[in-house]
Parts: sequence; structure tokens; C-alpha cells
Amino acid sequence: MKIIVAIKQVPERDAQVRIDAAGKWIDESGLQWALNESDAYALEEALQLKEKNGGEVVVVTAGPERVGTTIREALAKGADRAIHIDCDDLGSRDALGVARLLAAAVKAENADLVLTGLQSEDLGLGQTGVIVAELLGLPHSTLILQVEKSETGLKVKRELEEGWFQTIELPTPAVLTIQSGGNKLRYATLMGIKKAKTKEVRVVTAAELGVDGAATVVLEKIALPQKQKTTQMLPGNAKEAAAALVEKLKFEARVL
Amino acid sequence: MSGVYVVLEERDGRIGRISWEAVAAGQRLGEQLSQPVTAVVLGAATEGQATEAAAKGLGKVVRVEHPLLAQYTADGFIAALQQLIEKESPAAVVFPHTYQVRDYAPALAARLGQVLISDVVAIGDGPVFTRQLMQGRLTGSYRHAGNGPCLVSVQAGAFRAEAAEAGKAEITNFTPAIDAAQIRTKPGAPFRGSAQTVDLGSAQLIVAVGRGIKEAENLPMVQELATALGAELAASRPICDNGWLPMERQVGSSGQTVAPKLYLAVGISGAIQHLVGMKGSQCIVAINKDPEAPIFEVADYGIAGDLFEVVPALTEAIKAAGH
Repeated sequence: MKIIVAIKQVPERDAQVRIDAAGKWIDESGLQWALNESDAYALEEALQLKEKNGGEVVVVTAGPERVGTTIREALAKGADRAIHIDCDDLGSRDALGVARLLAAAVKAENADLVLTGLQSEDLGLGQTGVIVAELLGLPHSTLILQVEKSETGLKVKRELEEGWFQTIELPTPAVLTIQSGGNKLRYATLMGIKKAKTKEVRVVTAAELGVDGAATVVLEKIALPQKQKTTQMLPGNAKEAAAALVEKLKFEARVL
Repeated sequence: MSGVYVVLEERDGRIGRISWEAVAAGQRLGEQLSQPVTAVVLGAATEGQATEAAAKGLGKVVRVEHPLLAQYTADGFIAALQQLIEKESPAAVVFPHTYQVRDYAPALAARLGQVLISDVVAIGDGPVFTRQLMQGRLTGSYRHAGNGPCLVSVQAGAFRAEAAEAGKAEITNFTPAIDAAQIRTKPGAPFRGSAQTVDLGSAQLIVAVGRGIKEAENLPMVQELATALGAELAASRPICDNGWLPMERQVGSSGQTVAPKLYLAVGISGAIQHLVGMKGSQCIVAINKDPEAPIFEVADYGIAGDLFEVVPALTEAIKAAGH
């Protein structure tokens, strides 16, 4: 089973984000970066499928040079090789533009399965995997927690809302977007980190893939969110703040 | 190109609340563009849904009916809606941002050469669509720049379902051409994960814990606070993903929706997926070390501090107050 995993490097979860001077994106200088969480679960699912069924795991990502660290992390965890779509204009491409890059980069691989996380932690569009499926002409399913190989293709467990699930059967090749929590994530071993250094990373550019940067949806500006409520912040040390809160809850909000 | 179309979604035999919110968003967009609003219902038998929708202030209701739409599949819904949109060429199509819409609308948009503006929380003049970025820490303003219909999905709770105006709409039919061979996925019947033993929905007081707790070993500290309050313990998704608490205690879009008298969020940053499950609570308290965390945007009271100091102090204060 040949599995492609599309991953994304995103700002680390606790990173302090600042709006850049143009007001169109965040100031990336000095940011720490990490592998997008649901993509980590997609990679884990791929590695476990390979362990069960044999085959190859290829990671693909788009971004500037810095994404190399995330590629190495995926290789250290056990991916066999990587494709790096080298581009520094990811921010000005819309979901279709990014999916076009990924689809063009993996098409010739003729993989049995393409996995990706259900959404990114930075833009949170939750669309890339579904559009990649459309562009590759493959069936897809989203919010998947478990993947099993069956005689005719795949049997997957899909999360529905409010604690419901559903089993879906679909033929391969297929595209799945993976929800977090389906597996336990592995750490890279020392041996894995060492091996990763010798694994193949193929670098391609958007121009080589023949994908232009045209966008039909434009992010015009970013801003701090408007508060929906007036929050009373309770000052002082832990003890003072706690005592003040109990007072407020009893006599002001009257919920205790 | 004319008209704003709103695609409704059925839940338990009735049109779901989030679909009425999408209607309200569609009416807002319709006013801006000076265009009539049309509702679309899909299925194998849509009479009930159509009658329900026709009682709203809509230009018309379109029943998209086909036996192959009896059960949701992305292939079936995409084929049906593509044909409808190409025939009627609306200026905009609004969807509720449900798991089902997330499954097909991005591909439908791509097939039409468009890009869905997903998870919109506000529509401003232009129209400019606001959605959240960076887990709710920032917002982004998006504009549709292409030719062809503008496709938008709206976040649960962002528009008021009650704002969907009443009226009496004409009902029309549309029969898409769908071939069984086009449908590549075989969906099974929905099932519940595990026996539900906790009903967070009826709890009056909830203490919810998030990633800030760092280790499973630290959970008893939060449990003690819940016990002192007589509250149910709940969690955000990462805690349940890690197996630290059972999935049935999860609050958010993939877990339970709650609206207690008091919701006390400990170490929860407040990603949108969590907020949609609890922002209807009467009183929200947030304890978080990051004063910029989005949870404070919906909180009535906040303590910006180290939860490992604040939570034990709060437990003591509650016990001392004789609650």
C-alpha cells in the first residue's frame, strides 16, 4: 500500500502571534513552528497502515525552506521519503490554489491512499484534502478516526456530530482527512532521527508543477477579534483572585 | 447570476437550527445584494422539509429530489447541487458549517471553479466575510474575487436563527440526473460511540479542563474543584484525544453542547470548536495563563494566572464559603 500524507507546518500552539505591518498576515519573524496536529494523526495512521499491510509512506508539504524541519520530523517518525513543494507565497494562495500544488505534486505517484489532517491550526479552512480528492478524481471521506483495509478497498470510521459515528466503505485509491484522537502519536526515536538524514527529499517548485498563483478568494486583512462580552478580569494573587471570584459568582452572577 | 441560495440540512427529520442560522445569514446577504433568497432542500423525500422551509420569508424553496439522495454521500450531493447551481446560476450559495457540508462543499466549489469561504462568523458590507484564524486568536476578512457564485458556510451560533424572517414561499421541484455508478462511497447507519453515562446537557454547573493541565496526573486537582462546587467535570477535545477523560465528557462541536448556569473553563484556550459547544452558558469563567487566549472573549469573569495556583485557591475559597 502506497500512502501519501499531506502535512503542514504551522506556528506552534502557544506562540505569541503578532499582526504584520501590512495587516495581511502574522509577523513570522521569531516564530516557533510545529507539525499541524491533525496532520500528525494522519501520519500516524499511515505509519500504522504500513506496519500492518506493508508499502511506502511519502509525505508532501508546501512552504518555504523552514518547512524542512517538519519534513525531517516526519521522516524521523518513519515516513520513507518526502516531496517538498518549495514556495514562499502560500499565504496568497486560496484553498484551491494550495490543493492544486499538492495534487500536481502527488499525481504521478499513483498512490493507493492520500491522507491529510482535517484542518490546519493556522487558517482552519478544513478544505485541502477534500479539494485534492476532487482534483485527483478520487472518492473521499472526512473526519476519519480509523482506517482498515478491506477486500474491496477501505472501511473507515467517520466522526459525526454530537458523539455519533458512521462506518463508510470506499474503493481505493481514495483520499481521507483524519480527525485527531484516533491513534496514539509516536515520538521519533534516536535511530529514526539518524535515519531521516539519509532519506530522499525531492524539491519541486510551483513553476515546475505548472501551477499558477491565481486566487478566487482573497484574505484582505487580519485583525484581533472583537470581544463578544465584557470580561471582568479579577486581579491579585491566586488567593485574592479566587476569593473575588467566589464573591462575584455568589452575589453578582448569582450562580452559586 | 442572481439570487442567494441557502442549502438546508435535515436533522432527526426536521431542519436543524444551524440551517435557520444559515437562512438568517442568507437574508443578510440578500439584503446587501438586493437579491431574493431561495432555500434548497435535498433528499429522496423532501416534502416535510420543504413545507417547514416555506414558512420563512424566502423567495422560493427548491426541492432537489432523487432516490439516490436518500442517504448523504458527497458524490450524490455534489452532482445534484452542481446541476442546480449551473441551471439557476445564483450570485451566492450559503451553507450551514456542519460536518456534512465540510465533507462536500469544498469539492463542489472546486468543481464549479470556486473556493468555499468556510466557517464564516460575520458578513459585512462588500460583502466581506469574517472568519477566525489561528484558533480564534485572530480574525480574517475575506472577499470573493472570482466570477461565478460565491460559496460561503456559516459557523454555528454566528447568526441568530430567530432572525430568519417568517413568510410564505412558493415550492418548486428540481430533479437532478444522478447515476448509481457515480456514487463511490457506501455509508453505514450512524451509531453512538459508547453508552452515555453522563448527561452534561442537563448539568447546572460544569468545570471543564483543557490542554493547560499538561499531564493526566494533574486532573485530580480539577476534579476536587468540581466536587467542591458540586459540578460535572468536562473537557476540551485534546484531553479526550489523549484518553485522560472519556469522550463522553467532551464539550464542543464533536462532543456535547452545553448551556449550564456556570461554565468554569480551566486551561482551555477557546478554539472555535470548543466555543460552539459552550458559549450559550449563562455565566462563563475562564482561568488561563495567557491573557490573550480567545476563551476570554466569551468569558464573564476571567483570571489570567497559573491554574496550578488558582485552582487549589479557588477550591479552598469555595469550601470556605460553605457552598
